[in-house]
Amino acid sequence: MAELTLVETVRTTLAEEMRRDDRVIVLGEDVGVKGGVFGATQGLHQEFGDDRVIDSPLAESGIVGVAIGAAMAGLRPVAEIQFVDFIPPAIDQLLSEAAKIRYRSNNDWSCPLVVRAPCGGGVHVHGALYHSQSLEAIFAHVPGLKVVMPSTPADAKGLLLAAMRDPDPVCYFEHKALYRAFKGEVPEGDEVVPIGRGRIARPGRDATCITYGATVHEAVAAALRLAPDGIEVEVVDLRTIRPLDRALIVESARRTGKVLVAHEANLVGGVGAEVAAIVAEECFDALDGPVMRIGGPEIPAIPFAESLAAVYCLGPDRIEAALRRLVAY
Amino acid sequence: MYRQMVLIRHFEEHAAEAYAQAKIGGFLHLYIGEEAVAVGALAAARPTDPLLTHYRDHGYALARGCDPTRCMAELFGRATGLSRGRGGSMHLADRSRHFWGGHAIVGSHIPIGTGMAYAAKYHRREDVVLEFFGDGATGNGIFHEGLNMAALWKVPVVFICENNLYGMGATLAEESPVKDMVIRAEGYTMPARQCDGMDVLAVYETVQAACAHARGGNGPFFVECLTYRFRGHSMADPELYRDKEEVQRWRALDPIPRFGARLVAERLCTERELTAINEQVEQEMLQVVAAADAAPVPDPATVAEMIYANPIDPAAPVMALGAAPPPAPAAVLLGE
Repeated sequence: MAELTLVETVRTTLAEEMRRDDRVIVLGEDVGVKGGVFGATQGLHQEFGDDRVIDSPLAESGIVGVAIGAAMAGLRPVAEIQFVDFIPPAIDQLLSEAAKIRYRSNNDWSCPLVVRAPCGGGVHVHGALYHSQSLEAIFAHVPGLKVVMPSTPADAKGLLLAAMRDPDPVCYFEHKALYRAFKGEVPEGDEVVPIGRGRIARPGRDATCITYGATVHEAVAAALRLAPDGIEVEVVDLRTIRPLDRALIVESARRTGKVLVAHEANLVGGVGAEVAAIVAEECFDALDGPVMRIGGPEIPAIPFAESLAAVYCLGPDRIEAALRRLVAY
Repeated sequence: MYRQMVLIRHFEEHAAEAYAQAKIGGFLHLYIGEEAVAVGALAAARPTDPLLTHYRDHGYALARGCDPTRCMAELFGRATGLSRGRGGSMHLADRSRHFWGGHAIVGSHIPIGTGMAYAAKYHRREDVVLEFFGDGATGNGIFHEGLNMAALWKVPVVFICENNLYGMGATLAEESPVKDMVIRAEGYTMPARQCDGMDVLAVYETVQAACAHARGGNGPFFVECLTYRFRGHSMADPELYRDKEEVQRWRALDPIPRFGARLVAERLCTERELTAINEQVEQEMLQVVAAADAAPVPDPATVAEMIYANPIDPAAPVMALGAAPPPAPAAVLLGE
């Protein structure tokens, strides 16, 4: 077991898989000599050369389109989009092409593609309007794609391995606040975290907070504040946004009878709405309170000034307050 | 090549008839008039060279040797169709023929072809990727991204622009500041050549040279074929943007009688033989339409199959339609 930050884990996992499988290539803006704007691909260019670590033009749609073609023709491309805010130009390629390739060909073709992108805001890690968003719900809406978001270095490795070996396109979103926030134990070797399986980040019996990504840590912090009052909150880390781990969601919701869904991304039309619908449909008889959600406000992106940005992000205080409202039912 | 052009022409005339009878639904974009491009170009390439096209794709499928009955069945939306009734007219595809599909979002397949060519180069395969698109696609941003990367990385791809003078209902002058599409390639220092797209041999020779260039490791090549569609953009097009005289002028250049006349003049063929080919193909097409019409419709229980190789949650709503979890031929995870 090595102690690594999340960004170090992404880097070492990419390198390990590239050593194991020469079909894996990395492409994106500044991923080569510079090693990526956050350093997630540092050292790869020196080790694997121009053919496998490609500095691309600043053209996201082209990056993803080329990666799709390379995937269809036998490679295992990992495309980096420098910030998830830059991904909208490539949405056509992901939605119109990558997501439909297997279906339109009735399984004759596949598109084993990974698109990695840093996302999210928060104090000191956000760059305002176009360097701070969380856009996972857009991709979670689309059958044919898979969407994962690790919250720990161990899951960052396991999910990235799973994504790179998956026969279908996977969006792999990394919250910037987690890159260097802490180190975690990362298993050696082939510890794959299966796509579509969540985990219980903290067990509890009185309420369930369902979340993912950086918000997992805020939810655990909030749960710890409730513990001295005898309230034990379970925190479920979804890890995969599409397909959701319905079994885990339902099991935990039925056990605690109270559910709060929390995410940094916009609340309206977000992943939380889907989770809440699953709980409402499948756990109605076991619920002991309304399914609650907290998430990003009705603001199109995180504004720059810290005083304004603070309104956007959740933080343990807001999650704690929501949990207290929930357990009061 | 003559027979292939006749086959495409008759296939599409029957498709138009079936559309008028409401046996084919959706949208139908006919290739009539442009047959020399697909036939000449594909004859010049290897049958294993990956092929990607725009949505006016019937001609390419047939010129690549896809089964006409399965093509027609796809237009009819039948289970035996080339895409098993999932794609319809605009999204034909056939892996066994290295035909990677008609693509309905204008220009979206262009970087995909660049990526396939990157993989071919990476794996040192001798493939040349053939990408067909219209003049309309050159106004789309993704066209330029795809060409730029292909030129930067010197990958083996031949970009073939079918300049038929109209992007849907927009005239060339309305959609492009340049009249000659080969000028687009100059910005990428890509060698380019223009040819008469109504002359199957001119297309053949031009694409042959382009493929030799790309296969020789010299990077991409751009071909512009000057052509014309005799029918509207789709079956629903009243063609208000062009006059009948112009259509007549181009019809006089019809690539099929033109090539036929040349075959006869060069004593490679007799008029009688050409007539026989036309009659044979017509008989064949009557059978093709009858077979497509009689083919079974896709089973609704299969609608949610083949979205993923490894469906993860069989209880999820996607599988709630009574369909069994599909077998997953590509389900083996590497490393297992």
